[in-house]
Amino acid sequence: MYPENLRYTKEHEWVRVEGNTGTIGITDHAQQELGDIVYVDMPKVGTRVEQGKTLGSVESVKAVSDIYAPVSGDVVEINQTLADAPEKLNEDPHGEAWLVKIRLSVPAEFEKLMSAAEYQTYIGAEK
Amino acid sequence: MAAAPALRATPLNSVHRALRAKLVDFGGWEMPVQYSGILHEHHAVRSAVGLFDVSHMGEIEIRGPEAGQLMDFVATNHAQKLHIGQAQYSALLYPHAGFVDDILVHKVAEDHYFLCVNASNQDKDFEHIRGLNQFQAEVESAGQRYVQLAIQGPKAPATLQKLTPVDLSAIRYYWFADGIVAGTPARIAHTGYTGEDGFEIYIPPGEAERIWRRVMEAGAEFGILPCGLGARNTLRLEAAMSLYGHEIDASISPFEAGLDWIVKLNKGGFVGREALIRQKESGIRRKLMGFELRGRGIGRDGYEVYVGGAPAGWVTSGSPSPALNKNIGLCYLPADRAQTGRAIQVMIRHQPVDAVTVETPFYKRAK
Repeated sequence: MYPENLRYTKEHEWVRVEGNTGTIGITDHAQQELGDIVYVDMPKVGTRVEQGKTLGSVESVKAVSDIYAPVSGDVVEINQTLADAPEKLNEDPHGEAWLVKIRLSVPAEFEKLMSAAEYQTYIGAEK
Repeated sequence: MAAAPALRATPLNSVHRALRAKLVDFGGWEMPVQYSGILHEHHAVRSAVGLFDVSHMGEIEIRGPEAGQLMDFVATNHAQKLHIGQAQYSALLYPHAGFVDDILVHKVAEDHYFLCVNASNQDKDFEHIRGLNQFQAEVESAGQRYVQLAIQGPKAPATLQKLTPVDLSAIRYYWFADGIVAGTPARIAHTGYTGEDGFEIYIPPGEAERIWRRVMEAGAEFGILPCGLGARNTLRLEAAMSLYGHEIDASISPFEAGLDWIVKLNKGGFVGREALIRQKESGIRRKLMGFELRGRGIGRDGYEVYVGGAPAGWVTSGSPSPALNKNIGLCYLPADRAQTGRAIQVMIRHQPVDAVTVETPFYKRAK
């Protein structure tokens, strides 16, 4: 369920690092908690984001929820398909429905995030 | 940290868990907010049939030779005018005309009324009515004796008819009949909170699980879905039905909430009547209005509403409307600004978003 190559936050974001680029999304647990997602708000390309600060928001039929940047850096790409098809976040949150790509400014931040196993323990305990 | 009080569970809690429903704390009750998804469940009710466990709702029974007089003293609508077997929407008010609760009154017999009240208000309602009881009547808090299931949607009558010898087509809207459902005595009411056709049945808790399964089997050919409180909320909002704690509460009067039709000022004395008469003479200051967002976003409960660039009111409920594919909501506006077609702005996360006031209900079923 939770891919080994991703790292996870307590706020239920994930990040995958390839070279100097981090791809960010929300976890399957997050999409399940939110339910049917109807809007995704993301920063503009070029925005500088800081770990732990608000990156954007996702809104479901029930509620709106902030997304926090799991790592710091500059936004280099946003997933445009989510603007027209936010429901993809309910279908493939760890894959096709990534949110943004960031050029990492503090690559060491990644290593400090939770592993898949740690995250699964974390959400198990949260329940 | 103080331990949270234990949540109350309905007799169907294990059924919801087995269905892997997402359970939430709803006014102290552990209730299913969704099973397969709010949108999916919403569409099932609009197009076919859905089944809701609404056992958290409270029941209060009023019996005795002066049950009708007590009823008409505590509630705004004219209870004694009901026929036996008829139900009506009504309100319990404080003397200042704010809501204690909104309720459904069923006249079972000349000396027996059966009330369906909001879950989180049931203890308060019971104490309120009991405190006003100077009549030959007994007030009983009866929530433990009933499980309430709502079977809602255009296929609700066909679904429920399979399980009962009672001719459902003979029960008019807002009437009820006592009969047998799946071999068990039940109160079958042609009522609902979805804006769709349907029934609400009151059954003994011990039979709840069995009857739930029988209803699911009976509705299978129509694609029945178990539905949670999430869909119940989007459905009632499309129908512009009030929800206690949102459109109505102790600070709001029925006139402000657009519920003039459940207030019968000429029926005789009742709690809140004087304040309502004063309000009628001086005019109300604010009024509940429907709105549609024109800009992007959802105006949610508690968001500020601006008219002409200045704060003027607040959103009471807001959601995407699955049936209309728009973002809708209800809000309070100053009475002199409360006309349909007015441009307003909803402050959505510190950004003003354009909206327009519209007629309600947002959704009306085809008859």
